Amino acid sequence: MVTAAVSISHIHKHYGSLHALQGIHFDIPKGCFFGLLGPNGAGKSTLINIMAGLVRSTQGSVRIMDHDVRQQWRQARYALGVVPQELAIDPFFTVYEVLRLQSGYFGLGRENKPWIDELLDILNLTDKAHTNLQKLSGGMKRRVLIALALVHKPPVFVLDEPTAGVDVELRKVLWEFTTHLHQKGHTIVLTTHYIEEAERLCEQIAILDEGKLVALDDKAVLLARYPYRLLRLSLLDRNIVLPTSLQDKVHSFLKDELVLRLHREKDHIGSILDALRIANIQFSDLHTEESSLEEVFLSLTHKDKGK
Amino acid sequence: MNWYGLYTLFGKEVWRFMKVATQTILTPIITVLLYLLVFVSVLEEHVEVYDNISYTAFLISGLIMMSIIQNAFANTSSSLFQSKMMGSLVFMLLPPLSSFEFYLAFIGAAVVRGLIVGLGVWIATLWFLVLPIYNIGILFIFAILGSAILGTLGLIASIWADKWDQISGFQNFIILPLTFLSGVFYRIETLPEFWEKMSYYNPFFYMIDGFRYGFFGVSEISVTISLSIVSIFFVTLTAISLWILHIGYKIRY
Repeated sequence: MVTAAVSISHIHKHYGSLHALQGIHFDIPKGCFFGLLGPNGAGKSTLINIMAGLVRSTQGSVRIMDHDVRQQWRQARYALGVVPQELAIDPFFTVYEVLRLQSGYFGLGRENKPWIDELLDILNLTDKAHTNLQKLSGGMKRRVLIALALVHKPPVFVLDEPTAGVDVELRKVLWEFTTHLHQKGHTIVLTTHYIEEAERLCEQIAILDEGKLVALDDKAVLLARYPYRLLRLSLLDRNIVLPTSLQDKVHSFLKDELVLRLHREKDHIGSILDALRIANIQFSDLHTEESSLEEVFLSLTHKDKGK
Repeated sequence: MNWYGLYTLFGKEVWRFMKVATQTILTPIITVLLYLLVFVSVLEEHVEVYDNISYTAFLISGLIMMSIIQNAFANTSSSLFQSKMMGSLVFMLLPPLSSFEFYLAFIGAAVVRGLIVGLGVWIATLWFLVLPIYNIGILFIFAILGSAILGTLGLIASIWADKWDQISGFQNFIILPLTFLSGVFYRIETLPEFWEKMSYYNPFFYMIDGFRYGFFGVSEISVTISLSIVSIFFVTLTAISLWILHIGYKIRY
């Protein structure tokens, strides 16, 4: 029995001298809500495009629901729905017409009309069904792209930066919608720049950096792997001289708020508070914060250098 | 074969040009009528073509074929290139459509547009002259092969091009000269010897000459030779375009 919805095996991709993907190798389990994170240029979109057959890997293979994207490309494409990052539209047609056409490309005729109507309804597009795509707002176009990706009911649904540049309301709609799909058994693969989005939605997370896989784990394990937490202090007087022992622990110091980054095992809060008291640093409030995915992400992608 | 997918893509391409029929059907018909008015009024009495065939009849038959092939080229080149530039090509690349199905859908639509424009020109020119029909089968064979060839050239050009300038360059520096120097407006045996010889290297000449044979039963060169050369050209271009689609040149990176 196949347990992986997507199986990525030793993928390399070269663009001339650029080694865009360097031996990426991991599985995405069936039914998982999977986050694919990484800074710009990490190779996320290239990897997704290889899954979709839009880009061909230089080496390695990808299987979607156990179908090789090169050898069994028809079955692999039936199993995959991709929401591309760009707001690409066909200016000749209305929302309903492009959905009907996209359904037809997948070999589905009139029998798929109820599902198209349902998609229009779920994505609040029913009243725009007969509007030309050119006349839609960016948010509405994004919804159409999602409907297009789902028109053939693929078991694996990939969203490449779906919330980039969309307003808060639409982002909420998209979160609810993808959660609903996940509950119905779809495997969801999400790439996003919004770390809190991945933290809230995803069960498993892979982090790419400069074409390499730098982390792959359950979200909880990944968070636990990061050994720091934050101590946030509201100072009564911002003109302070920090003891030498605390100076390398400063995470940020803005206005009256001092944030210290403490190692879970090596730094004891009691000792830290003692050091502050000896230095006569007074504060009105304090609280600790567990590490967030953002800190894990930054530490793994080496974007927190100097902290 | 994904027959329904192929049928849908073909239908979408036909639907696309029918949505802008003024630009894609009516305008080329009017353009041809203008050619006809100008050339016939200036040259009718001065150019001799075949015995018992007027210059107007000769010209109309050539213009019909010219409009067929030019519009077939315009259909694939503009549709595919626009999709490529706007990014909507991705919606045709993600579904389970093979290179062959993709090719058939686009070329089929190009042939349909070519035939509709050709038929429109023929109907519009009835006001000038009723052309005799010697062999309707030959007419259809050359019309279909000619539009399929130009549709294929349009497909190759649109995949190769990175900007509109290159598409118009392909049209203006390759398609247009080859069309105008193919014997649409004159018999090539009336040309100076060098240009007459050069015309035999122009595959468009065989399309026009063979098509004209379908109307009049006479041609500058044996219709069998024309059909063979046009068929070889078609097969060669089809093979090239299928190979380009197969390797994903400039569309699947």
